[in-house]
Amino acid sequence: MADSSYESPSEYIGHHLSNNEVHLDFLGGGPFMTLHLDSFVMAVLLGMFSMGLIWFVARKASAGVPTKTQAFVELIFSFIDDQVGNIFHGNRHSFVAPAALTVFIWVLMMNAMDFLPIDIMAKFYGMLGLYEWKAVPTSDVNTTFGLALGVWFLMIYFGIKVKGMGGWLHEIFCAPFGSSVWVWPANFLFNLIEYVSKPLSHSLRLFGNMYAGEVIFLLLGLWAATGVSGIIFGSILGAGWAIFHILIVVLQAYIFMMLTVVYLSMAHEGH
Amino acid sequence: MNINFTMIAQAIAFAILIWFTVKFVWPPLLNAIEKRQKEIADGLAAAQEGKLSLEVAAKKNAEFLNESKQKGAEIVGQAEKRASEIVEQAKNVAKDEGDRIIASAKSEIDQEVNRAKEELRGQISTLAIQGAEKILDKEIDKKVHADMLTKLAKDL
Repeated sequence: MADSSYESPSEYIGHHLSNNEVHLDFLGGGPFMTLHLDSFVMAVLLGMFSMGLIWFVARKASAGVPTKTQAFVELIFSFIDDQVGNIFHGNRHSFVAPAALTVFIWVLMMNAMDFLPIDIMAKFYGMLGLYEWKAVPTSDVNTTFGLALGVWFLMIYFGIKVKGMGGWLHEIFCAPFGSSVWVWPANFLFNLIEYVSKPLSHSLRLFGNMYAGEVIFLLLGLWAATGVSGIIFGSILGAGWAIFHILIVVLQAYIFMMLTVVYLSMAHEGH
Repeated sequence: MNINFTMIAQAIAFAILIWFTVKFVWPPLLNAIEKRQKEIADGLAAAQEGKLSLEVAAKKNAEFLNESKQKGAEIVGQAEKRASEIVEQAKNVAKDEGDRIIASAKSEIDQEVNRAKEELRGQISTLAIQGAEKILDKEIDKKVHADMLTKLAKDL
């Protein structure tokens, strides 16, 4: 608890886990018409930064001997390309592989914001005039759900594009139990559950991991505020958790990317 | 944890970012890498080809060398044969020449001997006559004795 102005631990945690909200009154207001400015701005900045960096390298990519920066970008490129190539059997270069690259890099960058020490960064944001600024966009369920929603729409889009409207509807009513009229409701229910559960599990897995990671950092921060032994153990455990978090951050970005590719390739292939 | 407009904003940002990657980031990287892969494959193929042609050239070289050696040996053999032939010929010629010289020398010697004989014969008959003249001095019927001496000279 770096800032001693907090009344209680729950206030400290609540403060760190609440988003910077902007009410969009011009869209009619109400609880839904609220924008988490911190999540959105951080996400956009990180996306622009990371993809811009890769674009900057890609723009001047030469087929000859690559520079070290280009070699690094190509390393990421081939990693994604291999992963997608293993799962998706089609022309991956036209959409799925670049989408996977975007998802992986972007989610990785957003997750990686978790490494920044939360209270020091809060001071820094405070100096910039930003209060209640939550720097990790993926620990906001809106971000992960927004991404999952994007993938969900792509799923439906490719399902219809590849199989045709009729084929897609046929699949919804006739798979997995068969095309008899009597099992149509069961099939529909089954697919409905699938279509609902996919974005939910997709987004909540990432959100849960990032949110829990942040809560543990906050709890360690709370402990560190209790005295000398708290500082010692809080620092050591905080460092340990941060190191372990490197794994979680990369793994969750990887899982999110893989699920995106799996969902999209499932949309391309029939049941 | 409340769902609000942020979700839609993030989804839009996501869509734009994907579009950007699909349009601007992925193609140049893919191009560069595929081009390099092709260049490497071409290079490897060219190296393989070079190796093959080198092998062929080495084989041809060895063949050529062998042939040359054979030809060289043949030529040397021929030259040796020719040389011995020439030597043989020269020997024969020399022998012939020597024989001829010897023969001519012999005939010359014979002639010389004959000539000397003739001369001696003449001188001997003269000497004999003179001697006889001196011994007998007077009672010589020159005509009878000359016939006799000529006969004698002939018998010599």
